[in-house]
Amino acid sequence: MEEKEKKDIFESVWSFLASVKLAIGVFIIIALSSIIGTIVEQQAEPAKNIALLAKFFGDSAAPSVYNVFAKLGFMDMYRSWWFVSFLIIFSINLIVCTIDKFPKTWRLVKNPLRPLPENVLKTLPVKKEVKFKTHLNIAKDEFVNILNSSRYKFLESKEENSVQLYSQKGKYARFGFYIVHVSIILILVGAIIGARFGFTGFLNLPEGQVSDMAFSQDGKTIPLEFSVRCNWYDTKYYEGTDTPMKFQSELTVIDNGSEVMKKIIEVNSPLKYKGITFFQSSYGMVPNAVGTFVLDITPNGGQSTKVQLRPGGSFEVPGTGIRGTVVNFSPALTQDRNTGALTTYSDNMVNPGVAIQFSIPGMQPFTGWVLKRYPETGALPGGHSVKFADYQGVEYTGLQVSKDPGVIFIYIGSILMAIGLYVAFFISHKKIWINLAHESQGGKGPVRVTVGGNTSRNRLAFEKEIEHILSKASEAIEGRSKK
Amino acid sequence: MIVYVIYLVTRSKTVGLAATSVTIFGFVCQTIAFLTRWSHSYDFWVASNPTSSLVESLLRAAPLRNLYESLIFFVWSLILIHLLIEFKYKNRSLGAFVTPVAALALLFIDISGTTKEIQPLMPALQSNWLLFHVLLAFLGYAAFGVSFGAAAAYIIMITENRKEKTYIFWSIIIGIFLVVLIAMGMDFLGLSAEERKELIQSHFLKTTFRSDSGGVAAASYVIGIAFIYLIWQFGLGLKKVLGSLAVTPQMLEDIEYKSIAIGFPLFTIGGLIMGAIWANSAWGKYWSWDPKETWSLITWFVYALYIHARFVAGWRGKRVAILAVVGFVAVIFTYLGVNLVLSGLHSYGSG
Repeated sequence: MEEKEKKDIFESVWSFLASVKLAIGVFIIIALSSIIGTIVEQQAEPAKNIALLAKFFGDSAAPSVYNVFAKLGFMDMYRSWWFVSFLIIFSINLIVCTIDKFPKTWRLVKNPLRPLPENVLKTLPVKKEVKFKTHLNIAKDEFVNILNSSRYKFLESKEENSVQLYSQKGKYARFGFYIVHVSIILILVGAIIGARFGFTGFLNLPEGQVSDMAFSQDGKTIPLEFSVRCNWYDTKYYEGTDTPMKFQSELTVIDNGSEVMKKIIEVNSPLKYKGITFFQSSYGMVPNAVGTFVLDITPNGGQSTKVQLRPGGSFEVPGTGIRGTVVNFSPALTQDRNTGALTTYSDNMVNPGVAIQFSIPGMQPFTGWVLKRYPETGALPGGHSVKFADYQGVEYTGLQVSKDPGVIFIYIGSILMAIGLYVAFFISHKKIWINLAHESQGGKGPVRVTVGGNTSRNRLAFEKEIEHILSKASEAIEGRSKK
Repeated sequence: MIVYVIYLVTRSKTVGLAATSVTIFGFVCQTIAFLTRWSHSYDFWVASNPTSSLVESLLRAAPLRNLYESLIFFVWSLILIHLLIEFKYKNRSLGAFVTPVAALALLFIDISGTTKEIQPLMPALQSNWLLFHVLLAFLGYAAFGVSFGAAAAYIIMITENRKEKTYIFWSIIIGIFLVVLIAMGMDFLGLSAEERKELIQSHFLKTTFRSDSGGVAAASYVIGIAFIYLIWQFGLGLKKVLGSLAVTPQMLEDIEYKSIAIGFPLFTIGGLIMGAIWANSAWGKYWSWDPKETWSLITWFVYALYIHARFVAGWRGKRVAILAVVGFVAVIFTYLGVNLVLSGLHSYGSG
């Protein structure tokens, strides 16, 4: 007795876990609860969300509401115990329902197709009947031809007075939904592996510097087992605008003391080494850094030379007696529209300029701004020119450093899902039975053709297909009888 | 061209050959406009990136980069799918419900004041995934839009009186759509050309519901609710119009489900999967619970729910039609709400 009861409980739990009711419930709960996470900013500083809550609950209540919400996990919702539990229920539902329903589908696909008696044929969802004044074998030949040309593999069963052709196509389409389910499970597995064995870290690396570690979001260090150096960082702008075109940095990987890899990375084009990927994610100026100015100096008609200078350093334009001294720098120089004064409008190197004090023989010394983006600002009297090539060592590249061994599962899962969705939604499992029989005994009278079929989806198109087969057959049979 | 499509919408309600030909004409115009823009933006891209190869330039220049361009493409796909259905079912009447969705989208483009200029492509968008991700996702959105039109028509046709919950539901949804759009229109009229560019970011509903003056805001709510009441009161009139057309509820339900059956795989593959792969190649994270991602997941769940409810649980008729409407509301929020209201990785689309 007890045994049986236990089994009943197990069975009812099992069928609950496999049920579509549970699926629908979980879908609704996950969808609705996710909305919270899109309104409350996740993993943000408390002040931000308190300000948001103050709009709804007033200034005085906001902090205590915040505390309640934080306890409920709303501030880092997608990692909260209850949200994760929903995801686990979702996965269990998915797995159990797949296991539960699979054998039935398997039987449906594996069981060989059998001929059907005519009276059963007539009960199928799609059926048609036509008569031809011809001989049974002729009619059969034509139907065989047409089935062949529409790529149905058919079977044949013969009785005294009749022939039945039957066929099916796309039976594996029945597995489409399972492929989708399995792919979701794979993606979830990939996500778990990624969370368990991977990491996401950040690294702000100033130009010219080397690091053998990254930092996690909560400030912990993540050792890398090798070092990475940032040779330079650069933002390229669309010509004449402040709209960035490219964020680039050149990285060198140093493993065991030797340089093993060098790559210019940009957004959408990261560097990969030993399973760790470096993405260009941000950039900025190193506070209080003093870098090196790189200038291109070209005397009129002569060769251009590159000079590197520290602030305050001087250079000479070869063979001209013109001297210049770097006296000032601005990362983003513009002229104030009202006062005409020069001002810096951004902390980033949007439009960098360097002020150079020139002394030219026979002229008063003067100071001019040479802008990187506008090389013509460096034209000097007599056709000589000074170009501002770069200001090295003052920017850092913001790298996202991550390792995700689960990502391969995500990719396989994604491909499977695409295939599964295609199979499930665009291929149908079609079965057709065509029964041909003479009206009267002994191979006499017109041939009565009964066509029946069913399909797993898109009945309308299936009906049209059957009509098409019939009309082609009658065309062919009539064509023959005329001969 | 925009004016033209709005015009055709009013015309197609009168049903007939004229509506179809005007729709086709509008569609052809829009296709030409789309290709012209593509070629302009190709020139634009090549001008600043002379070294990029032909294929790369073509992919990068696809006009699907900001809100304006994507909305235009959305309307284009919507009309495309509508035309396909029209020819498949040999029935024009559905146009009366799909083209208004297109018209509302066009009206929205115009009054939301999104920038219409060809903008340079920001670094994060410089990927070959851009074209496929946006293209498929928007074809999916458009299919959902068609299912929304069919579901709304279905609900109108099957509801008999104003007290039915389903009827109340749909009239309120339609009412809110229209009220927001009208309110945005009023914002638009009240703003200078310069301010219009920032309508969504800083002036959204400021003229009415979010007015600084409490009285105006209160009055707006009263008028808004009165408007929804009117829709509720007179919405049944639409049933008569529908009755005079050659549509049956069965056909509408069929279209509603079929467009979801087309939209769901497109949206999953193009929107979610390709988006995740792209995110992984750009930022190293295929999923970061950013609001856009979360909302597309919510949308995905709604349609997954639809499919399971219809096939496995055997729901039919009203209940699934409501799901189709809810699904499209989620689509709208995923598409517009997230970009305009919430901030996140996708917010560059709001320009």
